[in-house]
Amino acid sequence: MDDVASQSIMIGILAAGIRLATPFLLAALGEMFVQRSGVYNLGVEGVMLMGAFLGFFVTLTAGNPYMGLLTSLAIGAVMGLLMGLVSVTLKAEQGISGIGLYMLGWGLSGLFYRLYVGGITGIEGLQPQPIPLLEKIPVLGPVLFQHNIIVYLAFLLVPLAWVVLFKTSWGLKVRAVGTTPEAADTLGVSVDKVRYQCLILGSMLAGLAGAALTVGNTHMFADNITAGRGFIAIALVYFGRWNPWGILAGSLLFSMADSFQLFVQVLGIQFPYELAVIMPYVVTIIALAVTFGRVWAPAALGRPYERGSRG
Amino acid sequence: MQWKKHKTWLIQTGILAGALAGALLVGALFLVLAKSDPLTAYGVLFSGPFSSQFGFTETLVRATPLLLVGLGIIISFRSGIINIGGEGQILMGAVAAAAVALALPGVPALIALPLVFLSGALAGAFWGGIAGWLKARLQVNEILSTVMLNQIAAQIYLFLIRGFLIDPQEVAYGTGVPQTALLPDGLWLERLIPGSRLHTGFLLAVALAVVVYIFLWKTPIGFRLRAVGAGPEASRYAGISVSLYTVLAMALAGGMAGMAGAVEVAGLHHRALEDISAGYGFSGIVAALFGRLHPIGAIPASILMGALILGADMMQRAVNVPAAIVIAIQGLIILFVVSSDILLRKPEYLNRLKKRFFPMKGGAQSNG
Repeated sequence: MDDVASQSIMIGILAAGIRLATPFLLAALGEMFVQRSGVYNLGVEGVMLMGAFLGFFVTLTAGNPYMGLLTSLAIGAVMGLLMGLVSVTLKAEQGISGIGLYMLGWGLSGLFYRLYVGGITGIEGLQPQPIPLLEKIPVLGPVLFQHNIIVYLAFLLVPLAWVVLFKTSWGLKVRAVGTTPEAADTLGVSVDKVRYQCLILGSMLAGLAGAALTVGNTHMFADNITAGRGFIAIALVYFGRWNPWGILAGSLLFSMADSFQLFVQVLGIQFPYELAVIMPYVVTIIALAVTFGRVWAPAALGRPYERGSRG
Repeated sequence: MQWKKHKTWLIQTGILAGALAGALLVGALFLVLAKSDPLTAYGVLFSGPFSSQFGFTETLVRATPLLLVGLGIIISFRSGIINIGGEGQILMGAVAAAAVALALPGVPALIALPLVFLSGALAGAFWGGIAGWLKARLQVNEILSTVMLNQIAAQIYLFLIRGFLIDPQEVAYGTGVPQTALLPDGLWLERLIPGSRLHTGFLLAVALAVVVYIFLWKTPIGFRLRAVGAGPEASRYAGISVSLYTVLAMALAGGMAGMAGAVEVAGLHHRALEDISAGYGFSGIVAALFGRLHPIGAIPASILMGALILGADMMQRAVNVPAAIVIAIQGLIILFVVSSDILLRKPEYLNRLKKRFFPMKGGAQSNG
């Protein structure tokens, strides 16, 4: 293989890796806020599926991908509200209620897909918007600056999430509510309100993550198109130690592995397809196993807050 | 004492019925969105499974794997571990059972069949045990690891039934459907009612429910498992090895799911084929929760969920509502059941509800 060809393959792998990181980044940054506030939302996969379907469907019928993105944000907000009702107000066991939310999103997206779309249909979707001048830089240009708008948005969200979490008073409240809800409550912070806010924000980002997959990337919808990416996003929150930069590193490690795996298949290297597909999941388990044990987690994570009974 | 026991039982059943009704009510909303008449659709959903012998036996056919998976879920949840890995454990059990059955041609069923079930259960136990070990040793969250293991199992399963274990006839005819050869018919489980698909696997599942009940409540190991679930810290102080019981709980849960896979192979399909599980790993969670995490309660709960799944299939044919709606309804059932838990944990909520709906009885305080 000559140098030009191998260089273009490398650029292809890296650019695809950046694109594939987008849904992970969006969903994991959202879930980071949720977990920082002390709630464990396992329903991310279900929210992503709903966002993926509705984003696709509205783009298909309205012909405008931005309408699709807005719809995916809206359905995310609704599902976040539902999760808040169940896990914050009614104080249900979060690990299990998340599975309920997942099955709800899985079933509904499948139901409406079969009813209103039926078969394989493509959409125009989002097109790449190269950034002038920057796109001309050799290697870096095609890798970083020839993507669609959600890809840029997802990467810009990383520093933004860091600022919001560590440099704003709302971020302080979120962290307080997730570590010492009793103290936050005493200081007049409404634990429930902050948790609702985080659940709604986090689920909106999960909905957008789903749309990034259908409207942004594949331009189609299929049953269970998320294929466990929502759960991987949750794992990435652990891997990234509840920090946006850690999540960025995890998402990239992961999506680059995924991209490499795809190229191995495309280039026709002899390797069983099924074993290539399991690579990302094996990487997740190994990443969890390697980083766990030495990890700090929000102290109140998964614990519904109940005020001590007043006399 | 006796009355009090009945009363809690009645309240629990009432709350569960309310949760089911709530889930169905929200489900009706989706049916309207799906441009279908909810009354007609629910009519088929509920009368279908119970209006004919076919409906009734098919309900039990679907209840069988649900009950087995559900029993495993109960063991794990009672031990404080959330097992989302039923799906992968079923597949591992199914493919191991099929492989062993096909490797033993001519061996009398009396010897071969126990080996088939044992290998299914062991394969499931191994797959569940990985998640248990990862949690006990490396503190890997079991919910995340079991989900990943599901995806991995699905690919390994396909890899095997497309490759090494594919039916030689599929290769010979060039059709290439990914499935194993048929099991020797000596290993097919007996049909309970001629002309139906109901097989002895159902009786096995019910018997195992009793065994799991005795195990969890009448044996020392079962007691320790539940103790670990009730309070790992306290158990550690009491000298119970929490990590050992974590691995054990996951292995037992996986073993039950693996058994479900083996029973589907030997009892129903007589081979390992694609889509053998049909979401039973998740529906088993619903059955377990609906049975209030009690092995005996899981029996009627599984039958109810089996009816729901069969009813959804019938609905799809009769009124053209995609069967996917039953997954959404099961999700709603989970949400309603876990939300209604607050009524059990906090009796004052229940009293408030009682006062609102039955102001005459009990507390005679007026609201002013």
